[in-house]
Amino acid sequence: MTTIPAQEASCRLINAMHTRTATTALTGDYGDFDVATAYDLQALVVADRVAQGHQVVGAKLGLTSEAKQKQMNVSESAYGWLTNDMRIEPGAPLETTQFIQPRVEAEIAFLLGDDLEGADVGAADVLAATAAVMPAIDVLDSRYAGYSFTLPDVVADNSSSAGFITGSQLVDPLGIDLRLLGVVLEVNGQVVATAAGAAVLGHPASSVAWLVRALARRGEGLTAGMTVLSGACTAAFAVQPGDCVVARVARLGTVEVTCR
Amino acid sequence: MSRPTPADIEAMSHDLLKARADRVPIPAFTDRFPDMTAEDAYAVQQGLVAGLMTEDESIIGYKLGLTSRPMQQMLGVDQPDYAPVLGSTVYADGADVRMDDFIDPKMEAEICVVLGSELSGPRCTVAEAWEATSGLMAALEIVDSRIADWKIKLADTIADLASNGAVAFGSRVVPLGDYDPALLGMVFTANGDLVATGAGAAALGGPIDAVAWLANTLHPLGVTLPAGSIIMTGALHAAVPLQRNAVWRAEFDRLGPITLRTV
Repeated sequence: MTTIPAQEASCRLINAMHTRTATTALTGDYGDFDVATAYDLQALVVADRVAQGHQVVGAKLGLTSEAKQKQMNVSESAYGWLTNDMRIEPGAPLETTQFIQPRVEAEIAFLLGDDLEGADVGAADVLAATAAVMPAIDVLDSRYAGYSFTLPDVVADNSSSAGFITGSQLVDPLGIDLRLLGVVLEVNGQVVATAAGAAVLGHPASSVAWLVRALARRGEGLTAGMTVLSGACTAAFAVQPGDCVVARVARLGTVEVTCR
Repeated sequence: MSRPTPADIEAMSHDLLKARADRVPIPAFTDRFPDMTAEDAYAVQQGLVAGLMTEDESIIGYKLGLTSRPMQQMLGVDQPDYAPVLGSTVYADGADVRMDDFIDPKMEAEICVVLGSELSGPRCTVAEAWEATSGLMAALEIVDSRIADWKIKLADTIADLASNGAVAFGSRVVPLGDYDPALLGMVFTANGDLVATGAGAAALGGPIDAVAWLANTLHPLGVTLPAGSIIMTGALHAAVPLQRNAVWRAEFDRLGPITLRTV
């Protein structure tokens, strides 16, 4: 493990984001660093977005399914923060030129009704604090060329957070077993992947609970009104201008976006 | 000659019967006959089924195979395949499955459609298939290959009863209703560990679409699907190789669970 020049390293990611030009893995240039250091770098990246006038409106989980961990060759989940400029409103297009190498995933999103923090939060606590669940499309954009990274790299890069679209129907999760809900991702009318909610750490609420416990170790938490993307059930798919992406989740409805 | 003659086809049906009886796999037919067509292969399958139809055997329905895009791409085809399901191959929910009864078994979780009325092509629509459906069941299929090491091309798997081994159904038939069968979620576990998840759309876009495809495909052969038929509509995930002494469970939204144990 090496000590990493935090300002320099985070500036590389910030510049990559601003100029839409991919950079190379930090671990390649600075050597391996631990995940806690990676979250320190992530905090600098997020602080830059806030300094640019954006607000933190939620969080997302990454690498929560076995399929995804295999695709990225890592063995642990990760989280990142969502800012308001990442939100794509219903009907608005996904502008591919605003990203380096966008990919999409189908997810279940939580809208929190209460603050949520603590080192022993479980899935039931998450459900009790949830105002609504929604289908969501997570738009990933790694600032590393070709999505080539290790776990500390992707954590520093705010877990590839780039955009998100949530369904416009808010559904009360009480009485719904999110574990068994079918999730279908379609691109241009073709089914490209299917899954059930359990693909995300066994249950989407377990995934959010993992996030809350991870945040607690840094003395942080989630607040009421935040949107949390609970993690992709399937592998991610690259999108091109003209692609129409639809995520359908049983009982929760549909969310779609057209790429431009 | 790279396509089989009628005598070759008869011999292949016989070879498959023997491979099933002895549980000793045979080399792929397409090694010998690289240009063997799907039509040739269904002729082999027909001969095989005729040989399996002893006095107390029955055809209870059909299974579809190669219903997902990844599977079709792997075999370079753009259509599913099918085979009859035999009454003697049905396990009860919760039953023990003897591994020794198979050659190289794998398991797939599927949605099984139960027909309440007769259905036939040639222009069967999804709406007609929906009308004819009395309900859906949680199901498991054990696929097995009488072709050595699963080294199959399309014609090999068609001939070999579409690699069908056995089936098992959940304990209830759930009527269609105000839900989309394409969005039925499924969670597959082995000894409690999550192995795969999927949704109904994985097989041909949805189970009822699969039924309409089957009715239309069987029509030129003069086959009608009778009321009470079961249709195994295709895997919702990649097939999972089986090991001995494990509990295999698929749980479906709305349809409930189905469990088998290997011994």
